[in-house]
Amino acid sequence: MNKNSRFLASPYLVWMAIFIIVPLILIAVFACTTVITVDADGNRLSEEQIESMTAEYYEEYGEDAEIPEDMFTEKTIFSWENLLSVSTYMPTLISSIWLAFIATLICLLLGYPVAYIISRINVSKQKMMIFLMILPMWINFLLRTYAWMTILENNGLLNKFLGLFGLGPFQFINTKGAVVLGMVYNYLPFMILPLYSVMTKIDNRTIEAARDLGAGSVNIFRRVVFPLSTSGIVSGFSMVFVPAVSTFIISKMLGGGTNMLIGDLIDLQFLGASYNPHLGSAISLVLMVFILVCMSITNSLDDEEMEGVIV
Amino acid sequence: MKKHVSRIYMAIIFFFLYSPIAIMALFSFNAAKSRTVWTGFTLDWYSKLFHNETIINSLGVTIIVAVIASVISTVLGTAAAIGIFNMKKKTRGIVMYFTYLPLLNPEIVTGVSLMLLFVFAGMQMSFVTLTLAHISFCVPYVILNVLPKLRQMDMSLCEAAQDLGCSQRGVFTKVILPEIMPGVLTGFLMSITYSIDDFVISYFTHGANSQNLSVTIYSMTRKKVSPEINALSTIIFLVVLTILLVMNISDSRKQKKLREGAAA
Repeated sequence: MNKNSRFLASPYLVWMAIFIIVPLILIAVFACTTVITVDADGNRLSEEQIESMTAEYYEEYGEDAEIPEDMFTEKTIFSWENLLSVSTYMPTLISSIWLAFIATLICLLLGYPVAYIISRINVSKQKMMIFLMILPMWINFLLRTYAWMTILENNGLLNKFLGLFGLGPFQFINTKGAVVLGMVYNYLPFMILPLYSVMTKIDNRTIEAARDLGAGSVNIFRRVVFPLSTSGIVSGFSMVFVPAVSTFIISKMLGGGTNMLIGDLIDLQFLGASYNPHLGSAISLVLMVFILVCMSITNSLDDEEMEGVIV
Repeated sequence: MKKHVSRIYMAIIFFFLYSPIAIMALFSFNAAKSRTVWTGFTLDWYSKLFHNETIINSLGVTIIVAVIASVISTVLGTAAAIGIFNMKKKTRGIVMYFTYLPLLNPEIVTGVSLMLLFVFAGMQMSFVTLTLAHISFCVPYVILNVLPKLRQMDMSLCEAAQDLGCSQRGVFTKVILPEIMPGVLTGFLMSITYSIDDFVISYFTHGANSQNLSVTIYSMTRKKVSPEINALSTIIFLVVLTILLVMNISDSRKQKKLREGAAA
């Protein structure tokens, strides 16, 4: 192979420019601009001013009069207002981060023992176990979330089951807990896989050596298994946290619209009721910067991964 | 004692992972529309499913988009990987940074940014925009699977082939391609899988007449009660299970043969 084969990348470079770089620039441009309405003299009008001017006009010329074209014109201007107004959505952003964080933590607590147990059984069984862990992931995640709707509903299976013991009914669906449950259910395998892949590399003899040297179970975990699995924890954490923090389906289906996440806000601005791509872009930009900063922090915690990302 | 604890723990985890799927499969045979009360066995939902034009259409869209997107992204990505491999370190770093970006970015941001691009270019959301969007999120997976294979390859093989009178094209088809083939195939399969499974990006880039299966499922779940969904997911589960089992069995047979070969 020689230097000439570099040109093979050129179709991709063009593709990359159009479909990766330009869209991100568009997000930034939309986030920093806004559409305003100006009157004939070029003064900016607020919603109320437009309404009162229209009403006055109709009063003067009758209900059927047509509003002259130059009375209102729409103009796109550079402005920080959308980016600044993201701050009014801070509570939503913070609650998204909080719920995603709790879900990630639960995934870690549930998934860590699973990964450890699988990594210690004999190799031929390991493959089967991992296969069974991934299998549910192959079903469309909307269908998996839909299944939980059936279970958690007010007259759903869980409440029916508890009713047999004279308990409940409880409100499960449309709560924050249901949203967290949906995240844990959907993303648990994302935590188990990277954990398993580092733990399977831990030699059983290392653990035996620690035991021979007098370490108890707690010490074996604290000083041998845990330090050797940190890179798996870091990548598992980001593999669960990123999709969890930006989801909008789980919150819609299990949170019932009252537990809005940042993803729902973005969805609303683009395909929802409050169409405003400028505000939507501003929120997307904030979310993206937040995630990329988080990723660069976690990557710097874990040098091995950094190599994978940059090379 | 310890063994029992871990067995029970694994059983609980598997119960958690599989019970929702089992419940859906069970209720796909339920005579009543109810999602909680069992009234009797029926296969009605399955026959309704196959007569549901929207679902059949969107299944077609899903498959066609997946095939087109993964073929194009495999060709584009393999060529790109070879080109990137031969770049100077600095340029390679920059190109790889932008290649990783869509994978690190939340899907919803990728989705809305592509939507803005299509709107900006004056394109109506359609089958074309859906396919373009799918190609753009599949290409990185191909590149990331082919690059390591190139790195593992012994470059003196190319020189040897050239010394023996092989043409440029021959070096590519007879030396490089066979070496990187496993990476190319994995990239292709990953592209197909991600394309079939994708919802978020399709949601923002599909047209009115080009809904893929995920988008159709989404609009069905919005309507709350539709037991056809249960039937659909049971079928999907069985298909996936069969494919994976066949793949696994043929894989372990191959390994067994290899081991026997090594022993002999």
